Amino acid sequence: MTKHLMMGAAFSLLAAPVLAQETTVIGVSIPAATHGWAGGMNFHAQEAIDRLEEVYPELDFVLATASDPAKQVSDIEDMVAARGISALVVLPFESEPLTGPVKAIADQGVWVTVVDRGLSEPNIQDLYVAGDNPGFGRVSGEYMVSAMPDGGDIVVLRGIPTTIDNERVEGFQAAIEGSGINILGMEHGNWNRDDSFTVMQDFLSRYPEIDAVWASDDDMAVGVLAAIEAAGRDDIQFVLGGAGMKEMIQRVMDGDTMIPADVTYPPSMIATAIELTAVGVTSSAPVSGTFTIGSVLVTPENAENYYFPDSPF
Amino acid sequence: MTTTTEGGAAPAKARHGVNLHVLGPILALIALVIVGALMNSNFLSAGNVTNVLARSAFIGIIAVGMTFVITAGGLDLSVGSMAAFIAGLMILVMNLALPSMGVGLPVMLLGIATALVAGLVAGWINGILITTMRIEAFIVTLGTMGIYRSLVTWLADGGTLSLDFGLRTALQPLYYSGILGISWPIIVFAIVAIIGEVVMRMTAFGRYCAAIGSNDQVARYSSVNVNRMRLYTYVGLGLLVGIATIMYVPRLGSASSATGVLWELEAIAAVIIGGTVLKGGFGRVWGTVIGVLILSLIGNILNLTDAVSPYLNGAIQGVIIVLAVILQRESKAGD
Repeated sequence: MTKHLMMGAAFSLLAAPVLAQETTVIGVSIPAATHGWAGGMNFHAQEAIDRLEEVYPELDFVLATASDPAKQVSDIEDMVAARGISALVVLPFESEPLTGPVKAIADQGVWVTVVDRGLSEPNIQDLYVAGDNPGFGRVSGEYMVSAMPDGGDIVVLRGIPTTIDNERVEGFQAAIEGSGINILGMEHGNWNRDDSFTVMQDFLSRYPEIDAVWASDDDMAVGVLAAIEAAGRDDIQFVLGGAGMKEMIQRVMDGDTMIPADVTYPPSMIATAIELTAVGVTSSAPVSGTFTIGSVLVTPENAENYYFPDSPF
Repeated sequence: MTTTTEGGAAPAKARHGVNLHVLGPILALIALVIVGALMNSNFLSAGNVTNVLARSAFIGIIAVGMTFVITAGGLDLSVGSMAAFIAGLMILVMNLALPSMGVGLPVMLLGIATALVAGLVAGWINGILITTMRIEAFIVTLGTMGIYRSLVTWLADGGTLSLDFGLRTALQPLYYSGILGISWPIIVFAIVAIIGEVVMRMTAFGRYCAAIGSNDQVARYSSVNVNRMRLYTYVGLGLLVGIATIMYVPRLGSASSATGVLWELEAIAAVIIGGTVLKGGFGRVWGTVIGVLILSLIGNILNLTDAVSPYLNGAIQGVIIVLAVILQRESKAGD
């Protein structure tokens, strides 16, 4: 796993959690596995915890998965009250509802690592492990430009209307600007196979000639491919997904012309966050700041490095 | 709302003349078709019509069953999760049987049987809890909704259950092909709708459902086995969820926790748009079919045009659902 380390300017020594306790408890609070990406994230969190508990006998981990923001707040409060955690790794379900509770815990001196979705107030956390959404869009756009040097007509499937989706699409649009690539239409497929199938069917009815599809997500790419196949259309040269689902990485590895590449947004970033937190708690190495995990273009040449056959995603 | 109080007689009344409120949903559907045709020339193409009808089939088949449940004064919120769970189970069973049975008719029949049995059992569980245990339908099905949704997430280990590639290819004709250019989902939806309409109008069961939904005490005194009839509506709905799933699985060959999300509300909305009374006592199966088509057409038209920001899709759907129901209420007040 290549990691682009961009430690923030604010390097500070970690003092608080390293006390004379026999075992230090690290709490990990993440959303439940309600979709593919979250499923992968759960898998990698569990795997990182299992590995770290062997490496650091003095560390103990509590993992809680929440199905909604309110449950996540209770989970975190329980971790502090019942387990006396000295560090918290949290992937907030939603930014707003989690900001207050996490701030209260940070004020008690608990180390806070925030993953992927930032809190509403940026200076609560000690460490922020972030995915790069504008970068995800940019890498996707740059690939489109390189794959279609003479330009062409594409359709775009967007995710659930959120900041994440907006940042990705803006990054994409900026990257293809002036390249002769023309976006015929954009609709929300909600990161969902069924919705993207429906949207793609309608795109196919609407446009007689489409050169390529930016599905922007591997689940959506599955629906898009099924719709194209069912319609028997051969004008579409390729579909670009994203996130790094193992089935899609496999197709890239196999040299499938419809899926020539993929762009990562790795759910394993939770493992990065847990590892860094463990390093911070057990050593004097400074780990505070912001750690941005870049989105990488997966091609047949490097696909093997991004293929995790055991992960559910 | 007058129909609720005299619900038992309502089906007979609907047969009398052509009341305006009967036309409400049909007018809405015709208006949508005209709008669609004006906005995009491909709207009435055979390909688009097939797409819309085929994708309506899942919700449509479920909504026909939901019409009976609601007519009998019940409700089922679990159908979307149930569909996801049955789809997951069907995929698991077929994948497990594949090494011993090989790709072929037997394994496909096994998958189909799994879906039907699972649907029957799931519907029966809902029905038993509601009738013999006397728990509110809303609460029971809210509970089973959570249970099935969690079960499919658990079966899939948080990810996606995918049908073996060879199996998927073998199964695909169930969704994509058909007879005389009409695909299977459309044919099955039509058959289910026709049978539903006949059962609702012409059989004792249909009349019992309306009587129970209208006033279950009176129905009980009229020696209707209220509990058994109610149980049948839930078992029937479960079976129809199974049938819908049989055609859902071949489409993408996968199931995850994102499968069937909000299907229950779409089905209930279609039933109500079609003129069935949410409190029970009066049901109209053909109205439900119109309701389902209205819902799918809205999505289709919004995808085919750039007229509205995609952020507003939900709002447009909401407005049209409410309008379709107002159309009926106003004309009802006048009759």
